[in-house]
Amino acid sequence: MKKWGKVILAIVLVAAMTVLLASCGEKKTADEGQTTAKAGGTITVFNWDDYIDPAVLDLFKEETGITVKYVIFTTVEEMYAKVTAGGGAYDVIFPSDYIIERMIKEDRLLKLDKSLIPNYANISEWLQSPDYDPNAEYSIPYMWGTVGLLYNTDLVDEEITSWSSIFDPKYQNNVFMLASYRDCLGSTLCYLGYDLNTRDPKELGEAKDLLIQQKKDGIVKGYLVDETKDKMIGGEAAIAMMWSGDALYAISEGEGDNLVYVVPEEGSNVWVDGACIPANSANPAGAHAFIDFLCREDIARMNMDYIYYSTPNQAVIDHMTEEELADETLVPPQDVIDRCTFFHDVSEYIDLYESVWVEILG
Amino acid sequence: MKRSWFAGPYALWMILFTIAPLLFVVYYAFTNTQGAFSMASFLKAFDGQYLTILWRSLYLAFLCTVLCFIVGYPAAYFLASKDFSRSQTLLVLILLPMWMNFLLRTYAMMSILEDNGLLNQFLKNLGLNPISILGTQGAVLLGMVYNYVPFMILPIHTSLKKMDVRVIEAAQDLGASPVNVFRRVVFPLSIPGVISGVTMVFMPAVTTFAISRLLGSGMFLLYGDLIEKQFLELNNWNFGSSLSMIMMVLIIISIGLLNKADPKKEGSGVL
Amino acid sequence: MNKRSGGLFRFFKGTYLGLLLFFLYAPIVVMIVLSFNDAKSRARWGGFSFRWYLRLLERSDIMNALWVTVSIAVLATIVATILGTLAAIGTHAMKKGWANAMLNVAYLPMTTPDIVTGVSLMLMFVFVHMSPGYWTMLIAHIAFDTPYVLFSVMPKLQQMDPNLYEAALDLGCTPLRAVRKVILPEVMPGVVTGALLSFTMSLDDFVVSYFTSHTEKNLSMVIYSAARRGIEPSIYALSTIMFLVVLALLLIINRRSSLEEVS
Repeated sequence: MKKWGKVILAIVLVAAMTVLLASCGEKKTADEGQTTAKAGGTITVFNWDDYIDPAVLDLFKEETGITVKYVIFTTVEEMYAKVTAGGGAYDVIFPSDYIIERMIKEDRLLKLDKSLIPNYANISEWLQSPDYDPNAEYSIPYMWGTVGLLYNTDLVDEEITSWSSIFDPKYQNNVFMLASYRDCLGSTLCYLGYDLNTRDPKELGEAKDLLIQQKKDGIVKGYLVDETKDKMIGGEAAIAMMWSGDALYAISEGEGDNLVYVVPEEGSNVWVDGACIPANSANPAGAHAFIDFLCREDIARMNMDYIYYSTPNQAVIDHMTEEELADETLVPPQDVIDRCTFFHDVSEYIDLYESVWVEILG
Repeated sequence: MKRSWFAGPYALWMILFTIAPLLFVVYYAFTNTQGAFSMASFLKAFDGQYLTILWRSLYLAFLCTVLCFIVGYPAAYFLASKDFSRSQTLLVLILLPMWMNFLLRTYAMMSILEDNGLLNQFLKNLGLNPISILGTQGAVLLGMVYNYVPFMILPIHTSLKKMDVRVIEAAQDLGASPVNVFRRVVFPLSIPGVISGVTMVFMPAVTTFAISRLLGSGMFLLYGDLIEKQFLELNNWNFGSSLSMIMMVLIIISIGLLNKADPKKEGSGVL
Repeated sequence: MNKRSGGLFRFFKGTYLGLLLFFLYAPIVVMIVLSFNDAKSRARWGGFSFRWYLRLLERSDIMNALWVTVSIAVLATIVATILGTLAAIGTHAMKKGWANAMLNVAYLPMTTPDIVTGVSLMLMFVFVHMSPGYWTMLIAHIAFDTPYVLFSVMPKLQQMDPNLYEAALDLGCTPLRAVRKVILPEVMPGVVTGALLSFTMSLDDFVVSYFTSHTEKNLSMVIYSAARRGIEPSIYALSTIMFLVVLALLLIINRRSSLEEVS
């Protein structure tokens, strides 16, 4: 019994230590709370972790007096669930394209007042009328990218241009697939020459058979999402299906220049993370101010430098260096954009997609 | 004041925060997206591909439990024996890794097992052939045993420690060999501990997710992954709830069977 | 058993436990090494560096998550230990049918997959218009911790001599006093085990917290969310500090008490 006392004592001491350690972090939030009372209120921003330059939040507060509470989500479905479950008072959220489409359909988003977002003019023209939100009435693009293949030139001695490589038995146990049903099936549908938003069970069936065959042939080394980028840096596989954002991370964090990202010629998916205001926002004025702030050229540049994803801000692109403009992963050229398509919401066909997907992953 | 009233606060707590929330799961399991009564998602859970995954999860959880027992029992036994002066420290050292974040530890395990990982670099330095285990059921099993073996050691250790030493001495005095003392006296007395250890390993093992993704490279699904996907990727809460309900019923049945094996009913939910 | 084989057996025991500890600690050593990696990616060694420890000072979100994690774990453990111990004593005195019903319901949180516990609680909190945050997370943690206490205390009560309590009553103790003076000391090891398990479960929980808190986040939630953009080694640095502090405390406390035993 006496000996158990030690364990309890240890727990208490750890707790005490944490209080000390965390007190600095705590103090900061307390300060923020105090100044809030004086100035322009608070907005709650719901976004991916580490998906904004923290300095931007400080600047915003400095300039407008509005405090930003930055809350993070782990998957967009989680974000959707939490926003739709109610209860939460979020003011700015960052859903991706097909979720925006779904939320518009369900009347969950506030119609944006463009007069409050003058910097909207900075957004690239092709993104001013995306087909998930035809007149950009509900969403402003924040970051965007494509789905493609990242390959390691030490392990691949050809130039990869087509989805066919990931079905090539030559790359036995050397391909990482993206464990996201839309991307994995969508790319295969593109390869087969079908629409990546298909609702035709026959076309999906063909894609499924191909993916199952690919797995049977032992080409697939794993179905992963977040882990792939580090694995590609470590040289674990020759080719990986990847989002361009992750590819940029792998290329910049890896050593040497043996990683190359390509959007296959058959076409692919283009995705956008947009900034939206939920219909039940408590501070829509603050939310508009924040979205406008994000569209400002200097702020968009800061975020691009920090996040290192492709920016939808034409003003930023216009002032880029030659070297940056030459990076086709960071600034995809028009022909890449032209062969890519947005995802559309298929939630009504979820049973179809789900059973196909589970059968592949088995 | 009656002593049984002491259970009152928790009984109330359970009604509010255990039973009431589960009614929501049952509600979702038997409705469709429009909220109308429907057996569709419940029946779908009995399709072949989902049963395969269920079977695989049960099989791996079973193997994991057996391995945890094989690894954990000797450890608990050695720790409980008297000639270890520092057994309490050692026991805490065995628990301590669990205070480090589970995902971080699993990531670290992945770094060790990768093709270009630490294990293979070590093997290469020894002049041995590298092995590729990530993405196999073996790797997932290793990860599960790594995570859950302390849950086996702790209750067995408690029951061995609580054992009346005089019973063992009596057996020895009566001329029983060490093997017989263990087989006829020590082991039977430790059965309640074994049963709760088995329960505590089997339950999380059968519902685990993330381990199969990180160490199995997502090459095969387990039931926990399947449930997680419904809620976090596919947004199909009705089917997710149906799968969860089936899983719970199965676990409750297997624990019921397990407790039948406990002759004196001491293990009715023993730790 | 002669002395020599006894020595051999001891050696075997030591080796066995040593190997087990090696198995349990290998990943933790990897974590510690990664915290000194200058490169952000875990797949590349960029040289030795302390920069992630310094970076930790800037990450008030990580520090805040640490605070949430530990304060929730401590509070949940305290409440769960009290609730669970009382429940065990009460259940033990119940008639068999009621006791079984009680135990079977208490089993539910342990058998429910975490994700279901989390989702079901979230649905309920939203239904009753409690906005999911710190307090709902705490409630959820108490809900899944308490059974561990209950089930650690129950066997101790069953092993206890039932006459002890009766004797205390006969000698004039009030029931409350009898519980405090006779039953509690007897079941204390179970209470401590239960508290320890609760604390461990709370500290490491991701899924339940994830669904029951929309605004406050604990360390596991931060780590899960960080995976998308690559886990920054400052999280490894924090884990290393936590690990070393806990280890040092245990060793110091252990040393102290063994010194006390000697003197």
